Amino acid sequence: MNTLPVGDCVWEIPPSEKPGMLVPARIYASEALLSRMDAGVFEQVTNVACLPGIVRAALCMPDGHWGYGFPIGGVAAFRADDGVISPGGIGFDINCGMRLLRTSLTEPEVRPKLRELVDSLFAAVPSGVGATGLVHLSDAEFREVMCQGARWCVKHGYGWADDLDATEGGGCLPGADPERVSQRAVARGRDQLGTLGSGNHYLEIQVVPPGGIHDARVARACGIEAPGQIMIMLHCGSRGFGHQIGTDYLRKFDQSMSAYGIRVRDRELACAPFRSEEGQAYFAAMNAAANTAFANRQVITHRVREVMGQIFGRDPRELGLSVVYDVCHNTAKLERHVIAGESIELVVHRKGATRSFGPGAADLPAAYASIGQPVIIGGSMETGSALLVGTAHAMEETFGSTAHGAGRAMSRAQAKRLVRGDALMRALEERGILVRAASRSGVAEEAALAYKDLDEVVDVVDRLDIARKVASLRPIGNIKG
Amino acid sequence: MGRHTVLEAIAVADCAIEIEGDDLDDLFATAAGAVAELMVNPITVPLAVERRVTLAAPALDLLLFDWLSELIYLKDSEQLVFPQARVRVRPDSPCRLQACLSGGVIDRERTELRADPKAVTLHQLTVEPLARGWRARVVIDI
Repeated sequence: MNTLPVGDCVWEIPPSEKPGMLVPARIYASEALLSRMDAGVFEQVTNVACLPGIVRAALCMPDGHWGYGFPIGGVAAFRADDGVISPGGIGFDINCGMRLLRTSLTEPEVRPKLRELVDSLFAAVPSGVGATGLVHLSDAEFREVMCQGARWCVKHGYGWADDLDATEGGGCLPGADPERVSQRAVARGRDQLGTLGSGNHYLEIQVVPPGGIHDARVARACGIEAPGQIMIMLHCGSRGFGHQIGTDYLRKFDQSMSAYGIRVRDRELACAPFRSEEGQAYFAAMNAAANTAFANRQVITHRVREVMGQIFGRDPRELGLSVVYDVCHNTAKLERHVIAGESIELVVHRKGATRSFGPGAADLPAAYASIGQPVIIGGSMETGSALLVGTAHAMEETFGSTAHGAGRAMSRAQAKRLVRGDALMRALEERGILVRAASRSGVAEEAALAYKDLDEVVDVVDRLDIARKVASLRPIGNIKG
Repeated sequence: MGRHTVLEAIAVADCAIEIEGDDLDDLFATAAGAVAELMVNPITVPLAVERRVTLAAPALDLLLFDWLSELIYLKDSEQLVFPQARVRVRPDSPCRLQACLSGGVIDRERTELRADPKAVTLHQLTVEPLARGWRARVVIDI
């Protein structure tokens, strides 16, 4: 496919490349990252460019790779009035996202108790196939969680009020409607609050490495003081509840979209007009799933505080265990952006892409109003992760969006052929990283060699000014599904 | 006797599977076995639970979608996994499936866990006849 350079780390596929493209496709990547992107990225981002009501361009972030429907790393905005909403532009794991907690602990304080800490967190936060959580809810309570998200958790003792300020949307997206959710989704998700899942989901104990602070002023505003400081990172989403909502509506849209005269190039892009009854029903159900994902990360945060309080013999507040930020990377949100000088209401789909709102943007808590929204980019259990902040330029260039991870570069099956999970766990332990996992094969699938270079992804988004580097984080303990 | 292969070059973060069966019954039973194998090591699951499933869908590919989605649903809602399935598929209009599943509860002490599939996708979903037998392709979100 004809992919033309149109700027530093910006590539464009013109609408002439595929019949039906309404806008260009735009890929943000260095030459090295572009060369590692698989064929699916180019096919899928140009398929997205064909969807009704799309504005400006279909975008793919530097960590982009072959997904289903949208590429992972895909961002697209559709006019709310005559555009669509597509479950394939959000993913089944609705509001999969990242949460970062700071601590006032240092690596020398944690190292002697690291094994006990990792073992205790592995026991306290269920993970892997068939895991159920420790919070048992009635149907009525689960409906409250759908509508209130992390707020429900704080109200019921699973968190602190200031956790909500540090969560995208205050931990509760508006418009959730339990009536738009199937009983099957409830049956799948009700007992999973406080569980990690599997695949690339994790709970990680991290340290700020020497030289890991790139912007001391902004890092301080995020509660990061100095190298050696211990941080805790979570990556998980809405679990079976969100997965079932995605399944239910994908199946419905596949059958109903012909009534609206919509044809898609990949059935996984099945969609409905946003203002249609079907579109509004999915949006309401999707927001219910997004809220349960916030609640899931909130309950896990509570467990982390319980465990760390017990192990270090101090109140979690004394340990400084506050939330730096919680940010989604699989959602569709109704936002206003300026298109050709006019502020327009758009349905912004981000699938494996992080919101990256700059200073002064709406929905930022006071602590971040002048520096931009924290952006958390998760890497592999071997190489580490990164904290960045959103920028004004991201608002203009990418609908306030940026990368979400390192981006997969190798299939799960290939990774398993090259790496053995138990051998990798032993090798990591020799390097000072303790891993506990529900599945050994899952560890092999998540080896660093299966991913692109995280530092390069972070450097590219910083160079593009669609997020700015604040701090690097290196793992010392990892809990996986 | 059916067989399945993982397609490594497709949807790298997920799991693309190609399944072949002698007939539609065999194809759908083999697909169920492939999904069970994705979730757990099947020999570590006792065959202690039987479950009957009846489904109807407007086309064979959507019947496969619903069938595998049902298995993923049972994994989350009842922590059940089914390494064995006897399946009867009728390609009428609508297409119909009747199945008897054999498996058991995921026991975290005894069951060797693998991946936790989220959903069946419609990406590249196909069910097609061969000169002898049937072939399907499905991408499972991991």
